[in-house]
Amino acid sequence: MFMPRETTTMIPRRRLISLGAGLTAVGVFLLALGLVAPLIVAVRVLLALAGVVTAFSGVSRLVWGLRRQRVDLLPWVCLAWLAVLIVAAVLAPVLPLKEHRDVAATLLEPVYLEPLRYYDHPLGTNSAGLDMLARCLYGARTSLTVSLLAVTIGTVLGGAIGVIAGYYRRGVDSVIGVLTNALLAVPPLILLIALSTLLEPSIRNMVLVLSLLTVPSMIRLARANTISFRQREFVFAAEAMGAGRLRIMARELVPNVLPPLLSMAVVVISGLIVAEASLSFLGLGVRPPEPTWGNMIAEAQGGVLQKHPSMVLVPGTFLFLTVFAFNVLGEKAQKRWNPRSAAS
Amino acid sequence: MTRKLLLRLGELVVVLALVSFGVFLLVALIPGDPAVAILGEGHPPEDYAALRAELGLDQPILNRYLDWLGGALTGDLGHSIVPPRSAVIDRVLAALPVSAELAILGLLLAMALAIPLAMWSAAREGGLVDRAIGASTFAVLSVPSFLSGLLLIMVLVNGLGWFPRGQWVRVSESITGNLHHALLPAVVIALSEAAVFTRILRSDLVVTLREDFVLAARARGMPRWRVLVGDALRPSSFSLLTLLGLSFGSLIGSTVIVETLFALPGMGSLVVNAANQGDFPMVQGATLLIAAAYVLVNIGIDLAYGFLDPRTRRVHA
Amino acid sequence: MTPEPPMSQEPPMTPEPPVTVGSTATPLLEVDDLRTTFHTPRGAVRAVDGVSLRLSAGETIGVVGESGSGKSVLGRTIMGLISAGPATEVQGTVRIGGRDVHALAPGERRRLWGPEVAMVFQDPMTSLNPTKRIGTHLTETLRLHLGLRRGAAADRAIELLVQVGIPEPRRRVRQFPHELSGGMRQRVVIALALACSPKLLIADEPTTALDVTVQKQILDLLGTLAERLDMATILISHDLGVIAGRTDRVAVMYAGRIAETAATAAVFEHPLHPYTDALIGSIPRLSNEPHAELRVIDGNPPDMSAPPPGCRFAPRCVHAFERCREEAPPPHEPLAYDARHSVACHAPLLPAPNADSGNADSGNADSMNGGDD
Repeated sequence: MFMPRETTTMIPRRRLISLGAGLTAVGVFLLALGLVAPLIVAVRVLLALAGVVTAFSGVSRLVWGLRRQRVDLLPWVCLAWLAVLIVAAVLAPVLPLKEHRDVAATLLEPVYLEPLRYYDHPLGTNSAGLDMLARCLYGARTSLTVSLLAVTIGTVLGGAIGVIAGYYRRGVDSVIGVLTNALLAVPPLILLIALSTLLEPSIRNMVLVLSLLTVPSMIRLARANTISFRQREFVFAAEAMGAGRLRIMARELVPNVLPPLLSMAVVVISGLIVAEASLSFLGLGVRPPEPTWGNMIAEAQGGVLQKHPSMVLVPGTFLFLTVFAFNVLGEKAQKRWNPRSAAS
Repeated sequence: MTRKLLLRLGELVVVLALVSFGVFLLVALIPGDPAVAILGEGHPPEDYAALRAELGLDQPILNRYLDWLGGALTGDLGHSIVPPRSAVIDRVLAALPVSAELAILGLLLAMALAIPLAMWSAAREGGLVDRAIGASTFAVLSVPSFLSGLLLIMVLVNGLGWFPRGQWVRVSESITGNLHHALLPAVVIALSEAAVFTRILRSDLVVTLREDFVLAARARGMPRWRVLVGDALRPSSFSLLTLLGLSFGSLIGSTVIVETLFALPGMGSLVVNAANQGDFPMVQGATLLIAAAYVLVNIGIDLAYGFLDPRTRRVHA
Repeated sequence: MTPEPPMSQEPPMTPEPPVTVGSTATPLLEVDDLRTTFHTPRGAVRAVDGVSLRLSAGETIGVVGESGSGKSVLGRTIMGLISAGPATEVQGTVRIGGRDVHALAPGERRRLWGPEVAMVFQDPMTSLNPTKRIGTHLTETLRLHLGLRRGAAADRAIELLVQVGIPEPRRRVRQFPHELSGGMRQRVVIALALACSPKLLIADEPTTALDVTVQKQILDLLGTLAERLDMATILISHDLGVIAGRTDRVAVMYAGRIAETAATAAVFEHPLHPYTDALIGSIPRLSNEPHAELRVIDGNPPDMSAPPPGCRFAPRCVHAFERCREEAPPPHEPLAYDARHSVACHAPLLPAPNADSGNADSGNADSMNGGDD
């Protein structure tokens, strides 16, 4: 996808390396300039973006030159980001972070600190002097817990139902089909909002509601794959050898249906992260003082945004990078294991 | 064709019945006593009993459902529980045009953006333009609409002052004023849709452009752009069309976000406010209406295939 | 056009004056040392590797070769449908009516397609736009090139359909491709190609995708139309049988090069190239003894991203010797009595009595020829 085109004329290796190094240096310089220069925010953001793109193309040329073959670096960068984020989120309680939720503890802290200026608040502070880095990492904790749990439940449940529907066909299938259609007939965000009037906003309920969102598409995918696999010889062979239905589903069908389901799950995660963030942004998800990326961004609406854009940009960057990383990995996985629905 | 249509209509009825029941259950399952929720604590017990009777809460659940459904079918979606307890249907009907306008405008903008971009990208497959468009659409896809909305507000409203803040001007008051206020919200709605559309249409176009009939059209001396528009676009638009139906869901989602973001009086802010206040009859009515519209749109899309691909169109004797 | 870096290890193949492989009349089509190279991730694929051809007005030539021999790419490069691009390299020249196709601007080149040169594609199922009516296909072409008005174009479309033998043309123009049979569709494709009365028609395997019963009809139709409209034709096929008796001349292609070219009858009577000989031997004939073994050519065509040095056919050739594997044979005319019979072989299968070629290896060739019958 982001692979540079198969260039036909071979660029000499040495030129590739020097070009790569040059681009990387320029990119890093632009990025640094964007992050710290005392300019208008919009200009800084553009500079930083240009820097990232330049540095990335530089590094991929460098790697190409050094390893003598093209490597698509993007998935690795994404994987690295997610690894760092997950580790930091898991370790957040033991990391030396400043206060993230108790306003009473930060009465003496400076408010609205700019990010990347102060050692003790690397990403600045918010209106109550709470540390932005700590809030972002605790937000990641919530966001990742909720979406990973929801996607696991949704995949297991939807996958099982889909395999059953695809294996038995007829009655069971049509009942499940109609139920799936009914569930898909309500736009996701509306479903979430409607359910949030019913349920208290807690992590457990968020997981429940978001997994409900995952189930129908998982059912569809599992069902379609089951139908195509159950007509294959190995299933007939197992049937002929007297394997029971349960055994056929568990031993023959599930292992084949799993790869497309899992690759779909990666894409779904990014959708769920956005859904959770949107709901929290609307004030219907996780509520303050518990920080999430969504409610941090909501906090900075209105006048705050004008004076302190970093209140939006910092959690926004975390959100974007995470969603982007899951999207990239998801597309990669889809291409590999689920070619039929890899179009988007 | 008629058979297929009847089948689809039957399915529609079943799905809508299920959805309405699900939506109805929202109220039935609500924790606590709605009467207490409406009146608040500390009223005489008769008051609560009376209100329960008025809301039909003393009836068996199926009766209540049928009652509610009967009301819904005759255009009575009950009353809001938040003072001044206005009729749900009136509020919904007042909000609907705003959301519909935003959604349609957003969709049109998305198409207007996506179709040329996809054609440009597909025509230059593998080239710099193609890769740049591919990368930027992918990036845009990863920006939730509330974030892109806020960023656009930051730059275009606060920074450059090109667009007005908040408020809504009805079409009946001033068409230009209306467009001026609706444009930026519509752009926010359009962004992520446009990214998805571009990607889908591009990948289908790339496949179509490898078809023999495209080469044959070129061999007849058709200019490249005419081949793109006249020969390749239509056979490539099936996935886009399917997606159009499916994207209605995310379209409504981003409309909700955008309305809250720009404080516009549409269905989205209606539902969100109602949900925040626990105003379940309002949430119920609006959800039912949105779901019905969603299902209907997708059926319409099914029928549109026949128009785009003559092969699926059955000839009547 | 890309600048032309020296690509080949061999000396240029067109000496002064150029070896005219065609008729002596002013040629309509002149192809000189044409090379089409595709740059793929696996390396450069030389689909067409030094082909020269002449074709005069009204003349028909059959281009025969196995799949992958480069014959379709040759057809498309002649037309200019394949032209120099980011991953494609075209060297040599193609002149149609004196104009260098690959030197023209894309817009200019497009103007040739229709009035000067047209193409009939292999599969009529896929070469018509499924979402367009038959009539629209025809009228849009007519309006584009001839500037006809809507009504005139519609009338002309019906005339064209009549010309290619489609019954009920008035009904057909309103139909979509999928409503027609394969043979009818190919007739439509031919009508489309003829719409602007081209001087040169390139038919790329026009009958391969059709039923055997329809094949003859389509080929006959192409033949009569070419004659009636005085149209030069390049008939590309993998099947020598298709070409027998239908073309004035035959060019046998192997691995991107022309192995042999001559008048059709001459090729069938005494093929000079071992490959042509083997190809003719592999045609099933009714006159063969029942259960007679068909000759097959052992081995596979070479990988065009790494073709063998020397003669491309050498690895599969029963007659090949040292020189064949080292040095690519230039085309030459070994027959004293037939100056138009050209072959690219170090040891052509010369007819025994009047072997007179000036070829150093003629003795060798003689012995081989003797063993052949």
